[in-house]
Amino acid sequence: MMTELRGTAVGMSARSGSHAELTKVQELVYELRVEQVMTRDVITCNPDQTMKELKEILRLNHISGVPIVEDGQMVGMISVESLIKALEQGEADHPIREKMTRHVQAVRADDSLAGAVSLFARYKYGRFPVLNADGQLVGILTQGDIVRGLLKHLDALWHSEEIRRYRASHIFEDIESEQTTLILRYRVAAQDFTHGGEASSKVKRALERLGAHPQVTRRISVATYEAETNLMIHTHGGEIIVEAQPDVIKVVAIDDGPGIPDVEQALQAGYSTAPDWIRELGFGAGMGLSNIRSCTDRMSFQSVVGEGTRLEMVFDLSTGGSQ
Amino acid sequence: MNLEQILDVIDGQLLSDNVDLSTEVDMACGADLMSDVLAFTHSGTLLLTGLTNPQVVRTSDMAGIKAIVFVRGKLPPPETLKLAESMGIPLLGSRYTMYETCGLLYSQGQRSCGLFTLARSESDDWRGKGPQNLST
Repeated sequence: MMTELRGTAVGMSARSGSHAELTKVQELVYELRVEQVMTRDVITCNPDQTMKELKEILRLNHISGVPIVEDGQMVGMISVESLIKALEQGEADHPIREKMTRHVQAVRADDSLAGAVSLFARYKYGRFPVLNADGQLVGILTQGDIVRGLLKHLDALWHSEEIRRYRASHIFEDIESEQTTLILRYRVAAQDFTHGGEASSKVKRALERLGAHPQVTRRISVATYEAETNLMIHTHGGEIIVEAQPDVIKVVAIDDGPGIPDVEQALQAGYSTAPDWIRELGFGAGMGLSNIRSCTDRMSFQSVVGEGTRLEMVFDLSTGGSQ
Repeated sequence: MNLEQILDVIDGQLLSDNVDLSTEVDMACGADLMSDVLAFTHSGTLLLTGLTNPQVVRTSDMAGIKAIVFVRGKLPPPETLKLAESMGIPLLGSRYTMYETCGLLYSQGQRSCGLFTLARSESDDWRGKGPQNLST
């Protein structure tokens, strides 16, 4: 049964993973502006230059079209197709002005990439001139620019996520010792349901930062939260201590009393001494310790009346998330 | 189902800001007992509950709950909203009872979080146990 459940979980995460990637690209297309991906150094021509001169400009720069600029304003575009036609008709000495396209479809520098992508789809042009709010030519945009821009930004996103994910786990590789243990301590106040659970939340975030497997992180978080709830409900307050090592994590919940008279009874599923107000909050069903047991790889539980209780939960990381 | 479809099916309202309504939930679970949420749900579950205290959000964070629906028209207090926002867990509201809200989603094919299938396959002796011996 556990195998079957795990199978489902793996399938799910794979699905949501690819879905997340797709959403990221979709988001980027709407988020990125044309000016963030366009080519800024635009090669332009002047309308009085000849088609022959244009041919040299296209050849030397390995490009297939240029915007035509006169007195700082874009007045047209010309492409290699117009050049070929002119050469065929022996019009190499004619000025570009006669052959250029005057009604130019341009994109605005502050347009989203999504808008530009739909223009490429609609007009089938190889490039669009990019104009600023004053109508001045500030760049040129090809489909290659868009792909490069998206890849660059995806890479940056991925990189920052990687750094975030692995920064904390480096501690175990960077610091050399026979055995490195990271110890995290959290104080848990009695009866404080407003802040109750904060320790477990912090433990969960810490494990995520340390790069623990999501399934292991979930098991540890759930067990720690059950233990923290017990400290809140049943004790005078206590402490959660997490000892993290690369291959094993130990969580200890310890309190200063009042202690449990019958430990065997406390460990029984459904046995509870929680007051009604706790039950109204959705807790105190007597399932905490049995739930903890099913989340942990090893658990030990000692209590002395008048002194306190110590619950130790051990999670093996080498098993890769399964129990 | 995604959150937009869920809101549509339960005729619900969105209680949180800045929610990506295309967020998919894989399965759903109705519970007022937080131990059950912790014990029987999986990451990616939609939780339906009648409780609105902040611990519901805290429990959801631990259990990897994707979004929470408060049933029978209950609105959460500000501290619950605030905690949910900081954890990135969307809150939804349904005017229908727990039974009705679950029924609406179930009848539209929303998968359960698997407690029932687990109970069915693992304890064939469940029927023979008798009510006095059942622990939950």
